[in-house]
Amino acid sequence: MDTPLEDLIACPHCDALYAAPRVKDGERAICERCHTVLARPRVQAGMTVIALALTAAILLVAAVFSPFLSISLAGIDHEASIIDTAFTFSGPLLVLSLLVVGFIVVLPLTRLLLTLYVMIPIVRGRAPATHAKTAFKWAETLRPWSMAEVFVIGCAVALVKVADLATLSFGPAFWMFFILVVVVLIHDAWLCRWTVWTALDR
Amino acid sequence: MDGAGQITTARDAGVVGCRRCARVWPMGQAACGRCGTPLVSRDVGALGRVWAWWTAGIIAYVPANLYPMLETRTLVHSSSDTIVGGAFELIKYGNVGIAVIILVASVGIPLAKFFAIAYLALSVKRRARLTREKRQRLYEVVEYIGRWSMIDVFVVALLSALVQLNLLATIKPGPAALAFALSVMFTMLSAQSFDSRMIWDLRDSDKT
Repeated sequence: MDTPLEDLIACPHCDALYAAPRVKDGERAICERCHTVLARPRVQAGMTVIALALTAAILLVAAVFSPFLSISLAGIDHEASIIDTAFTFSGPLLVLSLLVVGFIVVLPLTRLLLTLYVMIPIVRGRAPATHAKTAFKWAETLRPWSMAEVFVIGCAVALVKVADLATLSFGPAFWMFFILVVVVLIHDAWLCRWTVWTALDR
Repeated sequence: MDGAGQITTARDAGVVGCRRCARVWPMGQAACGRCGTPLVSRDVGALGRVWAWWTAGIIAYVPANLYPMLETRTLVHSSSDTIVGGAFELIKYGNVGIAVIILVASVGIPLAKFFAIAYLALSVKRRARLTREKRQRLYEVVEYIGRWSMIDVFVVALLSALVQLNLLATIKPGPAALAFALSVMFTMLSAQSFDSRMIWDLRDSDKT
């Protein structure tokens, strides 16, 4: 190979080797054979990702303490916040509580904070933060384990399931979580890993 | 039908690509100089990890079906339902739609995931009926769908937190909830351990 190694890119899914694409703003580089998106840089992406991650983090913290669902049956009302939900289990099922809190609050929040830690110096044109590479690596590892959106769908299922037992209604935290899910989806779509890794390499 | 036949892989070129950040390094380098991920051209040991997590997932899936998922107590009756038992209960009371959703989400999808991962792991070594493109797509679907199986666990958590109405009605999680959560996690780890680059190593036409 005559091309210097730093100008190559290997598809992480199928190992196809390409000369690092000079992708224009708004375009995408896609692997020819397995159609994995290799790069999709956008000029304003950095600021957008920071704004979205910050919004999502604030929504997440606010949603944790507000009521999520409320139930009423024969005059008795009961509300549950995410913290109540997470600490439902006791005894041997406490492990389950910790998993639930982890998946819907701790891991998503950690991932957002790590992204902010990595992105802010890059976007301000400063040198990358200390251990920024490790931080970004963890943010990427946490991606499949952040399950806020799964939890939102779970709420809808719960609502249907007890519909004949009692009346359920969504509290403010449900709607915060709902917006959070949309914000995180847009955040993920804007975040171009190739661009971030290249920026961290300098 | 092998339109991608002229593609050079990193291994063909004598280099290694990082699976996390896609940076290319000389063959033989131990870890990616950019993100620190260990480098391997083909992670052969990964298949062992795929099968280990896969087995753990199946083992956890057994108690998830044998033990009750939810223990419901109301003024008139109390019941503890397994996943399948709960679905049949719903059918008995005419809620066929929800029963089908529960059966698909908690029985159909987990079983399909076990089969799909086993098929992918076996097919890298022998003749596969599906093309490489289709198997790559299958892998992406398994990876995408993995976390969604957690819905059931979240529903149990939500219902137990919410339905605490003293004598009128209470719902408690059963031991199957933890087993089910573990099964989902193990299956996700199994799918993540798989090195999808191995799907592409044997051309469909090369196989005998």
